[in-house]
Amino acid sequence: MPTSTSAPRRRRRPPTNPAADDAQLLAFYRQMVLVRRFEERAARAYTEARIGGYCHLNLGEEATVAGLAAALDPTDYLFATYREHGYALARGIAPERVMAELYGRTDGVSGGWGGSMHMFDADTRFMGGYGIVGGQVPLATGAALAIEYRGGGEAVVCLLGDGTTNIGAFHESLNLAALWHLPIVYVIVNNGLGMGTTVEQASAEPELHRRAAAYRMDSARVDGNDPTAVYDAVRTALAGARAGRPYLLETVSGRLKGHSVVDPAKYRSRAEAAALAAADPVAAYAVRLHGAGLLTDELIAEIDADATATVAAAADFAEHSPHPDVSTLFDHTYATPVPNDARRLPGEPLFPVPANGVPA
Amino acid sequence: MTVRSYREALHDALRTELRRDESVFLLGEEIGRFEGSYKITAGLLDEFGPKRVRDTPIAEEGFTGAAVGAAMLGLRPVVEIMTINFSLLALDQIVNHAAKVYGMFGGQARVPMVIRTPGGGGQQLGATHSQNVELYYAFVPGMKVVAPSDPADAKALLLAAIRDDDPVLVLENLALYNTRGEVPDHDEPAPIGTARITRTGTDITLVAYSRMAAVALQVAERLAETDGIDAEVVDLRSLRPLDRDTVVASVRKTNCAVVLEDDWLTYGIGAEVAATISDGAFDWLDAPVRRVAMAEVPLPYAKPLETAALPSADDAIAAVRQTLDAVARRR
Amino acid sequence: MTDILMPRLSDTMTEGAVATWHKRPGDRVVPGDLLVEIETDKAVMEHEAYEAGTVAEILVPEGRAAAIGAPIARLTADSPATPPSPVPSPGSAVPAASAPPESTASGAAAVPGAAVEPAPSESASAGAAVKPAPSGSAAAGAAMSDVAARVEGPGRRAATPLVRRLARERGIDLSAVPGTGPGGRIVRADLDLFGTAAVSPVAGAPAGGTDRREPTAVPFDGVRQTIAARLTTSASTVPTFTVTASAAVDDLLDLRVRVNAALDGRKVTVNDLLVRAVARALRAHPGVNASYSPEGRGRTLLHGRVHVGVAVASPAGLIVPVIHDADRASVTDISARTRELAGKAADRTLAPDELADATFTISNLGMYGIESFTAIVNPPQGAILAVGAVREEPAAGGGTVRRLRCTLTADHRIIDGALAAQFLATLTGLLEHPLTVLA
Repeated sequence: MPTSTSAPRRRRRPPTNPAADDAQLLAFYRQMVLVRRFEERAARAYTEARIGGYCHLNLGEEATVAGLAAALDPTDYLFATYREHGYALARGIAPERVMAELYGRTDGVSGGWGGSMHMFDADTRFMGGYGIVGGQVPLATGAALAIEYRGGGEAVVCLLGDGTTNIGAFHESLNLAALWHLPIVYVIVNNGLGMGTTVEQASAEPELHRRAAAYRMDSARVDGNDPTAVYDAVRTALAGARAGRPYLLETVSGRLKGHSVVDPAKYRSRAEAAALAAADPVAAYAVRLHGAGLLTDELIAEIDADATATVAAAADFAEHSPHPDVSTLFDHTYATPVPNDARRLPGEPLFPVPANGVPA
Repeated sequence: MTVRSYREALHDALRTELRRDESVFLLGEEIGRFEGSYKITAGLLDEFGPKRVRDTPIAEEGFTGAAVGAAMLGLRPVVEIMTINFSLLALDQIVNHAAKVYGMFGGQARVPMVIRTPGGGGQQLGATHSQNVELYYAFVPGMKVVAPSDPADAKALLLAAIRDDDPVLVLENLALYNTRGEVPDHDEPAPIGTARITRTGTDITLVAYSRMAAVALQVAERLAETDGIDAEVVDLRSLRPLDRDTVVASVRKTNCAVVLEDDWLTYGIGAEVAATISDGAFDWLDAPVRRVAMAEVPLPYAKPLETAALPSADDAIAAVRQTLDAVARRR
Repeated sequence: MTDILMPRLSDTMTEGAVATWHKRPGDRVVPGDLLVEIETDKAVMEHEAYEAGTVAEILVPEGRAAAIGAPIARLTADSPATPPSPVPSPGSAVPAASAPPESTASGAAAVPGAAVEPAPSESASAGAAVKPAPSGSAAAGAAMSDVAARVEGPGRRAATPLVRRLARERGIDLSAVPGTGPGGRIVRADLDLFGTAAVSPVAGAPAGGTDRREPTAVPFDGVRQTIAARLTTSASTVPTFTVTASAAVDDLLDLRVRVNAALDGRKVTVNDLLVRAVARALRAHPGVNASYSPEGRGRTLLHGRVHVGVAVASPAGLIVPVIHDADRASVTDISARTRELAGKAADRTLAPDELADATFTISNLGMYGIESFTAIVNPPQGAILAVGAVREEPAAGGGTVRRLRCTLTADHRIIDGALAAQFLATLTGLLEHPLTVLA
């Protein structure tokens, strides 16, 4: 568990370079393709019943994933939503461990305890996906408070969906962060839909970043389909946060599929779906890099083949990772053991009855 | 040993831990400049400064959740929620996050936080300010819930809670704050998860916690004087984990039990205790387990109605007599 | 069809064993016919038929025991069948010989719970499967009891879990235990009063494997069961103390020789003289002729009559026939009655009233050469006298003197040491001046 900070607060940082270099631009693409192929493989594994529960995919969100993750320092903390596979990958967690978590295996990033919605990795300061809408927002605020308390130079990035801007905890948290000058960037990943409800149906102020005004907080809206734009915006926001000015950033992108893998998204018209497919951020970014001479057809094929092989290997790894043993069921109820913690399986009596029927 | 009030004992524990460990800090509504709604934190802002004694806006969900997040990074926040009624605003953060983070992330993140909050009725505070909903938290694996009934335990259990790496809800009680008792001068924590026999006896077991554990002791003394009944009192102290063995061992000795609780009877803590006794002491029971609990109404403001609804020592004595009459121990 | 129920033929029996069936299936029976002999905890008793019919089925064979009120045989009513009546005669199935209908409505005499507290509707539920319909105000309660009987079967009684466990361990049949808890529920206090009937069969067995002591289990008969139960209750609930005194009995023995010489064949024993002396001492110390009662805040029951029980080792076990009004009986009368009772005990023909109502007991092991011993009080009696053998001892002034040692065990709740001492002083005084015994 990260409990110490790696650098003093308010340290001098090199000035942000808004133009990512060519290697970074290609890295964005590789990242986006990996997320795309990984999520497609996850969807398939779900239909094969290798993955259970809910499974929300980052399809359509790849550019935001790639740009945001690249903007964070390794010592920064990232709190995610339940739609977090791509961010876990982009944060540097091995695809095998992310896939194994989806499979519920011991090698999973949360040891099989979390599943799709609850991935956590202390090493990369990936502070978790959270299944409750907005549940992570106060937590991320508290993490920023801890950094501030210790005088560290790290920052927290807290992801949230567009629907989350309507819950009380969002407003309470932004108020606390602004009051206490916490090093945190709240990123609204606005894909236009909270499940099937549009932003316009749910939010009286549909320009979500403008809600920051209530807390005198800096904010901006950025094209979530452009990894460089996201990267630059997050760098800017982080710089402010590290200086004690929390930030509200809104990225706008599409959700190519349903809310989760089992949602056919019937609430969308055929035309809307076609428009989304046409605006596919991965394809669009490939065209852009191709036009800039950074990508060739051969390289596109090679990157795609790499990603496909990586996720196939991840699925294979996950398939062969052991299921958690039932004997570990009571290992994670309490961090500090105390007497009388009940370790009873459902059918077991509280007080064992000996074989001879005489009470103990 | 020093005679301290329950309030002073809590204050002492907070001050001890603030001095001992830099990662301990307090946050909550009105705990600094106002010195706490019930003055537990009086003087601490002056001594430790606003970083360590942090006043918050009225935002229970926000600041309780922030404490969870700070704890995940290794701080040891002690949250004061003004009364347990207001904790319902933070229910999601307590139940879905504080209690879940350790388990659902496979043991990778700990939440060493404390929530201090008083329960209790009887102050004519009406329906929304007189509840005892500790059950909501005691119900949840991952939470620890302690409920001290005297100053010594108030100090020792709060010390234990702050030093524990899991979220611990410390249930205080409005009616206990001014009660006094001997408190050890040392700073030894009490073990969370263990009940305490606060009076040994042979005729009947009284099981209680928090205010009713103090009432149970008075009840036992009165019964000894007026009825010659020798009651044993089990102070649960810890609602989760629940020390079932101590309860069962006592009932196996006395063969009957009355549970005293300040919460509502249906689905209450007493129901769990009664079920535990049924499981562990069935063949030792000489009478059904009785429960003395709050009347099942939103607590009214008017004094006679409020008094009638709250469990009292007299209610407990009547229940004990009826139980012992049923087993001929009083004939 | 009528059930013949295990009758209650002794004041303390909880179950009886069928000793002999005098009727077989198919046999005609008329009222007054000898049906069956039942071995109670005290004696073998005859039991007659109360109504006419034909024996259809023997439910409890010879040698097997059943709780009071449990069906032991079935009787088919004579044809033509009694015309159906909306309110059948309450007594029709109840073997309560002389009780009027209103008291038999609850099946009092046939019902285990009635042994101590007759007629609560609760105890009626423990009665026979075939029950007479009650009349009058008892109807509702008895109807419910019928339901309970059908659901729970005969013998099922409300009892706390603790009681059920203790009963299992002690081998007690709960159907015979009166319940004083709410709704007649049996609570531990009831069980403690009732006493324990058997030691747990598990107790004492070596852990695991075969028992290398190679025991042979001898099941308790009724008498043994009663002894075990009553004495366990006594030893575990009655606080006792003992006092011992000795009497020089040279004169007493000489007197006995002279009396016997004059009696022409009938012999007076030392024991007879002792009974007489004890009866007189009891009359002089009513506080010893007493019983403890838990009623109210506790009380001492001073008995107006002096009934002395004499412990007898009979073939059936330890039996205590009673010399009623021993203080008013002559030594010869005592002697004759004692001999008759001992004979009946040997034949197992003692009637219940010959075993009932003792206010004090004498246990004499003198014939075995025992010098002195202590006995256990037989509740609700307040005291018991243990008598040893006559022994020749050196006399203070030279020569020898024959002495008899008597040890009184007393219930300290009602008898203090001084009273016990005074009683023994009176007794030894009587024995040393034997003419006063005869007076």
